[in-house]
Amino acid sequence: MITVTINNKVCQAEVDQTILQVATDNGIHIPTLCHMDGIHDSFSCRICVVEVVGARTLIPACAGKVADGMVVNTATESVLSARRNIVNLLLSNGEHNCLSCEKSGECSLQSIAYELGIEAPPFIMESIEKPTVDNSSVMIVRDNRKCILCRRCVTACNDIVCNDVLSLGFRGSDTTVICDNNIDMGASSCVQCGQCVQACPVGALTDKKSIGKARSWEVTKVRTTCPYCGVGCQLNLHMKGDKIVKVTGVEDAYPNKGRLCVKGRYGYDFIYSPERLTSPLIKENGKFREASWDEALDLVANKFKEIIATDGPDAVGGISCARSINEDSYQMQKLFRAAFKSPNIDHCARVCHAPTVAGLIKSFGTGGMTNSIEEFAETNCLFVIGSNMTEAHPIASTFVKNGQRNGAKLIVVDPRKAKLADYADEFAQIKVGSDVAFLNGLMNVLITEDLYDKDFVRDHCDNFEALKEKVLEYPPKRASEISGVSEEQIISIARMMADNKPGMAIYTLGITEHTCGTNNVMSVANLQMLLGNVGKPNAGVNPLRGQNNVQGACDMGALPNVYHGYQSVTDPAAKAKFEKAWNVEGLPDKLGLMIPDMFEKLETKEMKAIYIFGENVVGTEPDISHVIKCLEAAEFVVCNDIFQTETTQYADVVLPAAAWSEDEGTFTNCERRISRVRKVKEAPGIAKPNWWIFREIAKRFGQTWAADSGQELWDNEIAPLAPFFAGATFDKLDQGGIQWPCSTPEDPGTQILHLDGNFTHGKGHLMALDWTPPAEVPDADYPFTLSTGRRLYHYHTRTQTGRCEGLNELLPEEYADISEVDAKRLGIEHGEMIIVKSRRGTVKVKAQVSERIPEGLVWMAMHYFENNANWLTTRSGDTITKTPEYKACAVAIEKIQ
Amino acid sequence: MNANASGCMENDERIHLVIDIVAKHKNSKGALIPILHEVQGLYGYLPVEAQEIIAKEMNVPISEVFGVISFYSFFSLNPKGKHRVSICMGTACYVKGSGPILDKLKETLEIGVGETTADGEFTLEDCRCLGACGLAPVLTINGKVFGRLTKDDIPVIIEGCKTEDGGIVQ
Ligand code: SF4
Ligand code: SF4
Ligand code: SF4
Ligand code: FES
Ligand code: FES
Repeated sequence: MITVTINNKVCQAEVDQTILQVATDNGIHIPTLCHMDGIHDSFSCRICVVEVVGARTLIPACAGKVADGMVVNTATESVLSARRNIVNLLLSNGEHNCLSCEKSGECSLQSIAYELGIEAPPFIMESIEKPTVDNSSVMIVRDNRKCILCRRCVTACNDIVCNDVLSLGFRGSDTTVICDNNIDMGASSCVQCGQCVQACPVGALTDKKSIGKARSWEVTKVRTTCPYCGVGCQLNLHMKGDKIVKVTGVEDAYPNKGRLCVKGRYGYDFIYSPERLTSPLIKENGKFREASWDEALDLVANKFKEIIATDGPDAVGGISCARSINEDSYQMQKLFRAAFKSPNIDHCARVCHAPTVAGLIKSFGTGGMTNSIEEFAETNCLFVIGSNMTEAHPIASTFVKNGQRNGAKLIVVDPRKAKLADYADEFAQIKVGSDVAFLNGLMNVLITEDLYDKDFVRDHCDNFEALKEKVLEYPPKRASEISGVSEEQIISIARMMADNKPGMAIYTLGITEHTCGTNNVMSVANLQMLLGNVGKPNAGVNPLRGQNNVQGACDMGALPNVYHGYQSVTDPAAKAKFEKAWNVEGLPDKLGLMIPDMFEKLETKEMKAIYIFGENVVGTEPDISHVIKCLEAAEFVVCNDIFQTETTQYADVVLPAAAWSEDEGTFTNCERRISRVRKVKEAPGIAKPNWWIFREIAKRFGQTWAADSGQELWDNEIAPLAPFFAGATFDKLDQGGIQWPCSTPEDPGTQILHLDGNFTHGKGHLMALDWTPPAEVPDADYPFTLSTGRRLYHYHTRTQTGRCEGLNELLPEEYADISEVDAKRLGIEHGEMIIVKSRRGTVKVKAQVSERIPEGLVWMAMHYFENNANWLTTRSGDTITKTPEYKACAVAIEKIQ
Repeated sequence: MNANASGCMENDERIHLVIDIVAKHKNSKGALIPILHEVQGLYGYLPVEAQEIIAKEMNVPISEVFGVISFYSFFSLNPKGKHRVSICMGTACYVKGSGPILDKLKETLEIGVGETTADGEFTLEDCRCLGACGLAPVLTINGKVFGRLTKDDIPVIIEGCKTEDGGIVQ
């Protein structure tokens, strides 16, 4: 501790602090323009200058470090006159018109001018090249006439989100911010994340969607959680009345620290779409008609009662929703178990990360990401396998890129040269579906070269001998033959991982969506245990969950084998506990059906009714024609949704639900962080919260459920009934997200699982695993492998993103990505319509010829219905969790003659 | 099409030379400037394709490459004409009317600043104070100074360039 005097106030300070930090800590205001806390050191604007007694010149407070006994004055005449000069120059260099400027009221330049009493620029500078307005991009307007060249946008783009688009170009009075090599933003490599807009202190960068919507002083900010991916970014909704006029990232909040991607920042307006469902709908003679809640709910309850009475509770099934709040999923599984007495409840984790839950429970005892996203930036090694992070989990990828730039080794393993590979130290272009062989090859090197963590394995793992025996069958030569990665690269990656510890393994659906998905997951866990990379900071096995609340829907027991908090349905103690808590008897104590089985049983008429909450199964489940056939075979289909979808067309009753921002509750992100989701507007028409709908159906089964809000559900049922969440009360969650387990009121939550190698089930379990090929491999008729995924600008079947202004413009149609070699061989031009067909279906789609795709691979997404990849995908699933093999099936491609 | 798309690069022999130049300097500190220097020697200017290759091979953002190119007036983004006509826009010249003279140059050559005539004869540039304020307004052609200009001098000077020995005024 040292002492500094600022404006006659004696302040305590740390040696390393800047004058600005100490002043701010002590409530003394110093204006800044270019400064970004903790990030950059270019100090270009000098607006923050202060007088330090004894120094010959004025010192910029954001750069100058304090010293013991230092005396600082922040508002002497020389300081003010220096600031006036700077502001006058900035004002006269540009064209500033506060009357119409979006930034007015929160503009740093405006408020500094106000503080200094500057009314108008005292002179006007003529520049030769007049700065211009760049209106070319979909989401952002760049008004260079207002740019003060503070470089904050450049720092945000290059050093925070690492998209490397912006720079300063030219010099002297011609200096300007440029995109790429001075092309329009709309034509540049910009991904429209808007981080530069958030960083701009003036009105030079604005969100196009917000222009003219509100003055800054008219808005209130409401913190909530992003409705898209499993990163779970924290957003501030800027509200004018019940309209969201802008979204910004919450600075200093976990996990995103102020960052947002294009969907999180600009994908909010779907809730205002005129296409929203506003009333219950009942299908009569093939057409929907509006109905009252009583009529619709009576119909649903009676139909389920009837079917349960004649065919038993096994004849009904439910699919919960990983996009809606925890409280909704909890309530739906309760409806199935307590009211219908049916074990058949599942949700779309089945089609993505069920292998993660199953595999990690087997390896470690707990089925969640072991560490946290912020650690990506701090670790020494990042091993990213089967993850298209920059598009599917954009903000998680920014922390990976930060980590790499902070000196971590980045290893990217993927069949496609995905964008992240551009940043990698090692990029291994693996063959689709060869992961276990490749991972065994790495472990082979670690063991044969004696590079593994013997202490960790001895003290904290079991089954090492079996693992060793197995991986010795996979010397680099064999691993290389199967995976297509060279022997040398396998060896050098293994050594790199051993030399750079701790390291983090990160994976996504490239690992799980295979017939060997659970094995793939356990194989990644093996690798990390062998390296001793579990149970410590900056390490672990880190699956990036797909949807905003897919972790939560699992946690809430929307799975056929567990109650919420992973309490097994086959455990008599758990059954007794829930029978008592829910005041019911005869809870089903057997495992329920998984989604693929539900569909099959619909087709064979063993299952009669299905209740689909939120998921657009017709677009997202594999083999669309089959899904449609199954839904058509069902006797009764109910959907809760916020829009009509391809799936609701097959419903007998559609119940209109409150959307994100229309109900209070929680989402749980991939780091097990439970975050609040807040209500800012009423649901349209007579749409209702999903938990309310489920409760009203239960009422018709003679059950009175007391909870009457998200908070009551959480505080009175969810938290007290599951040790994992017991300490995470709503009030506590209101202060910021909490990572489970959180078992007592004092417990701050758990950032890192299995600390010090103390695994949930004692020892970490090493598994001896063999490589198995995908179920369907290319042959003479279908010579290509199709792999699928998501692209940046849309989310899944576009139910939400398709109704957000601008996102369709950024990605207007579906593509099939093919290699340059195959395109040339087949005479296919970039942008030409082609036919892609599999044993299950045929689509016409535009070819996107890309150097990022290896020969023999076709890559497609599921955003547009007509040419959705799922017309082609296979139903073959993971042997343990039945998660479909979306990442590999055989297709043929044809030029349209 | 999305940002993952990539067009095929023109198959130009010089591209390989650019790659070689980058490889040669890559590992030395501050390599970008010598690389740009050599590549400009190869093409006479720095075409977009060359910028892209340099960025890719050096693993730096293309915006950084462009930032450096545009910072140094030595580097050129466009092919240069035989005669580089450079009009001073410094304060003294500006006050003495270099603006209208620039307009006249644009009109006579039928090109804008930074552009080159179709026949490859002239490139029009503007510049900062040349230190010849006494002669304001001033322009240079391939380094040769022409001062105290009026609009009417422009066609004469340009014609003079075409007749090789050049009609030197004053
Ligand atoms: S929107 Fe994002 S990618 Fe584009 S320039 Fe701004 S920060 Fe960079
Ligand atoms: S655009 Fe904004 S953030 Fe970027 S340099 Fe200009 S004023 Fe600063
Ligand atoms: S990264 Fe995911 S959670 Fe974050 S803003 Fe984007 S979609 Fe939302
Ligand atoms: S804020 Fe300190 S130099 Fe810009
Ligand atoms: S201003 Fe033109 S030469 Fe000085």
